[in-house]
Amino acid sequence: MLSILAAGCSSSPTNDSTGSTDSTDSTDSTDGPVTLTLLAHESFTPTPGIFDAFTAATGITVEIVLSGDTGQLITKAVLTSGNPEGDVLWGVDNTLLSRALEADVFSAYETPNTTFMDASLLLDIPGHEVTPVDSGDVCINYDIAWFKSRNIAPPLTLDALTNKQYANLLVVPSALSSSPGLAFLMATIAEFGTDGWQPYWKSLRDNGVMVVDGWTQAYNTEFSGASGKGDRPIVVSYSSSPPAEVIFADPPVDAAPTAVASLTCFEQIEYAGILRGTKHEAEAKLLIDYLTDLTFQNDLPLTQFVFPVHSGAVLPEAFTKYALRPENPLRLEANVIATNRTAWLDEWSAIVLK
Amino acid sequence: MNQLAKSSIMLSPYKSSARWLWIAPTVFLILILAIPTTAIILRGATFEGFRDVLNNSTIKQALWFTAWQALASTALTLIVALPATFVLSRFAFTGNRALQALITVPFLLPTVVVGAAFLAVFPSQLHYTATALIIAHAYFNLTVVVRIVGARWEQLHPGIEQAARTLGASPLTVFRTVTLPLLHSALATASGVIALFAFTSYGIVRTLGGPARATIETEIYTRSVLIGDMPGALALSIVQMIVLTALLWWWAKRHRGESVSPQISVAQRAPSTRGQVALVYGIALATAAVVIAPLSALLWRSLTRTTPGATRFTLSGWRAVTSSTTLGAISTSTLFALCAMVIATVLGLMVALGVAYGSPRFVWLERISVLPLTVSAVTIGLGILITYDTAPYDFRSTWIITPLAHSLIALPLVVRIVLPVVRQIPRGLQSVASTLGATPLQTWLTVDRPLMSRAVGASAAIAFAISIGEFGATSFLTRRSSETLPVTISRLLSRPGDALRTQAYALCVIIVVISMIAIFLIDMLRPSRKAK
Repeated sequence: MLSILAAGCSSSPTNDSTGSTDSTDSTDSTDGPVTLTLLAHESFTPTPGIFDAFTAATGITVEIVLSGDTGQLITKAVLTSGNPEGDVLWGVDNTLLSRALEADVFSAYETPNTTFMDASLLLDIPGHEVTPVDSGDVCINYDIAWFKSRNIAPPLTLDALTNKQYANLLVVPSALSSSPGLAFLMATIAEFGTDGWQPYWKSLRDNGVMVVDGWTQAYNTEFSGASGKGDRPIVVSYSSSPPAEVIFADPPVDAAPTAVASLTCFEQIEYAGILRGTKHEAEAKLLIDYLTDLTFQNDLPLTQFVFPVHSGAVLPEAFTKYALRPENPLRLEANVIATNRTAWLDEWSAIVLK
Repeated sequence: MNQLAKSSIMLSPYKSSARWLWIAPTVFLILILAIPTTAIILRGATFEGFRDVLNNSTIKQALWFTAWQALASTALTLIVALPATFVLSRFAFTGNRALQALITVPFLLPTVVVGAAFLAVFPSQLHYTATALIIAHAYFNLTVVVRIVGARWEQLHPGIEQAARTLGASPLTVFRTVTLPLLHSALATASGVIALFAFTSYGIVRTLGGPARATIETEIYTRSVLIGDMPGALALSIVQMIVLTALLWWWAKRHRGESVSPQISVAQRAPSTRGQVALVYGIALATAAVVIAPLSALLWRSLTRTTPGATRFTLSGWRAVTSSTTLGAISTSTLFALCAMVIATVLGLMVALGVAYGSPRFVWLERISVLPLTVSAVTIGLGILITYDTAPYDFRSTWIITPLAHSLIALPLVVRIVLPVVRQIPRGLQSVASTLGATPLQTWLTVDRPLMSRAVGASAAIAFAISIGEFGATSFLTRRSSETLPVTISRLLSRPGDALRTQAYALCVIIVVISMIAIFLIDMLRPSRKAK
């Protein structure tokens, strides 16, 4: 039995990291075929084989390494700054960007594809340390059927959530432990100002808001409009959640069962960047170009439920039909978030979690 | 250590060989525990961080909550597990081994999953309460009592209790005055382990306790990963280590001097009277029902999709399981668990034998072998990340790092289970064997090994279980091509869509089945104890 175990233990189930063992022939790079390691959070789920075109064109193989959720990804990147675990990082968003920039995690690069991006996406990164790759909105989602059956108008603004008629109907993920939860807190700060958000949250608390640990619990367990069939018809989620409900519906449905209150949305921008200290900087630049090119960008909506940044990208029908992209989502500048985030989180948890 | 034990060691034929056993475990602990922990502390801890943490009232509340929920969880576990332990260790009946394997299952489920299962089983008033937390902790740790206390209970000769009965004592009195004192050290060990687990528990507290219930461990994670306050997180980690090490020191002092009594493997009997049959099967079935309830919620959710007004059965979750990524995760998890089991058991055996048979000054080895339980998984994971990161020792991306981290966490348990049993092997037998000319190795193989095999089997099963379900440190060390099942499940649960949920729950059921089989097999390696 021991020899079987030894054999099993020695034939590892993985590819080891650096140093390519792949057979792709390269005519491109100077010292043999190169494998780039792309670090991402666990929601990074492009179509398998999406990088084949890239490998065919450049001879570079891409190995995807998933690293837990965004918070873990950033924490590890900060700790290994200058001696990174990979070459390119995907998945730092505008609420966490400051942590990465302070720790000098990235190597600046401006891809030519920025000409295809909306100027508002580039506001927070004048130094081009990172490149925008997708965007989304964190918004209040509500269960259409629930409100219809009781003949109540659904809440359309942040202010409305404090009305008595919506008492005990809202579930939100904690701003401490959840990225959409944090984005929702940011939305309220953007809406009510740095002095007005505390009274707002006090009223939310008095109106019976349920705070749970993560988005999964809020959406998949407590929300009435999704698979968990919970008790609460109002939840914090994404502007791409209604199309997701249609796409994954079984049996198929004609109309989205949930809708978004577009006046409550906070814009989330996701970035990718070259990790400082990588040994393959030239190849990493090529990968950043590819990630912002049409092939990859068109894959984004149906695999990761986010919106592409390339203005020429095509949205699938389910998205154009059922997704509502707000014209003017709420925004906060990244350096404002950077200075105040810890203090805001401490204050928020004192108000809401006690 | 009392005189009898001391003189037994003097006569031991193993003394010279046992002298070298301390080396491998100590090197392991230095490389995988001491160096990474020191590295991360030196990197990130600051005095301001310490000061802020100690002044923070939230932290004090968290410490208080952590402590009392750990005690409550321990008490509840003992209450629920002791009847089952009694029945399993004393009686031979159909399904004895199956029930033991079943009770081990909760221990190896990823905590994220158990949280979801309990949320499904509990009514909504219990959601996000301390009560739910304590019940879930008890559910998890049943097997700790069954295996540690059971291993000892099996060795108690019923003759002592029968003598007490003959003298007129009622069964309850016998239990209180005869059995409990004899079980005392095993109960103390089991309680200590459960309290430690409940104290440092993370996944269950997050999912069932909700965001308003913070323990020290969740605060460490919150501060280091979510808020990005590394100095605060590390200060907390140090506080936790100091508190737990002090408690363990005190606990060890209180329970020094294990009773050294002659040990033989006692045969199990089938229940004879009608009363006994009712008792045995009643307790067995009740315990099985308690364990199965949340598991069946998992199975249910892997097979159903809820649509408005109806619940439909679907096999799509199960069909998705045959994809190559999930099959890869299944084989990775199993492989890692087997590796971790071997490493932890071998090293744990070395510690146990070194402490029991080496000179008395090796007691420090026993003390340091418990240390992994006092360090938070976050600290270990991040510490390894920044320590082994430059050539020629850039190990952080190798696959073996994850099983090594699992072994680190399992090692204390192996030692806790095996060491008391080794200490109670009659020294007389060994001396006789060596007088008759057996070499130390032969003596060990013929005298010690059969008497230790139950305990070794029990600890191997627990090491396997820990590895399969481990999520905390693993989530910092994992790589896509060697993703473990808990990581896959957590990933699937964190995105929208019924299809992914059913797949996640199907994977949970698979974890349950693999582990039950593995544990059943490991348990079967022990010699049967049926009365002839």
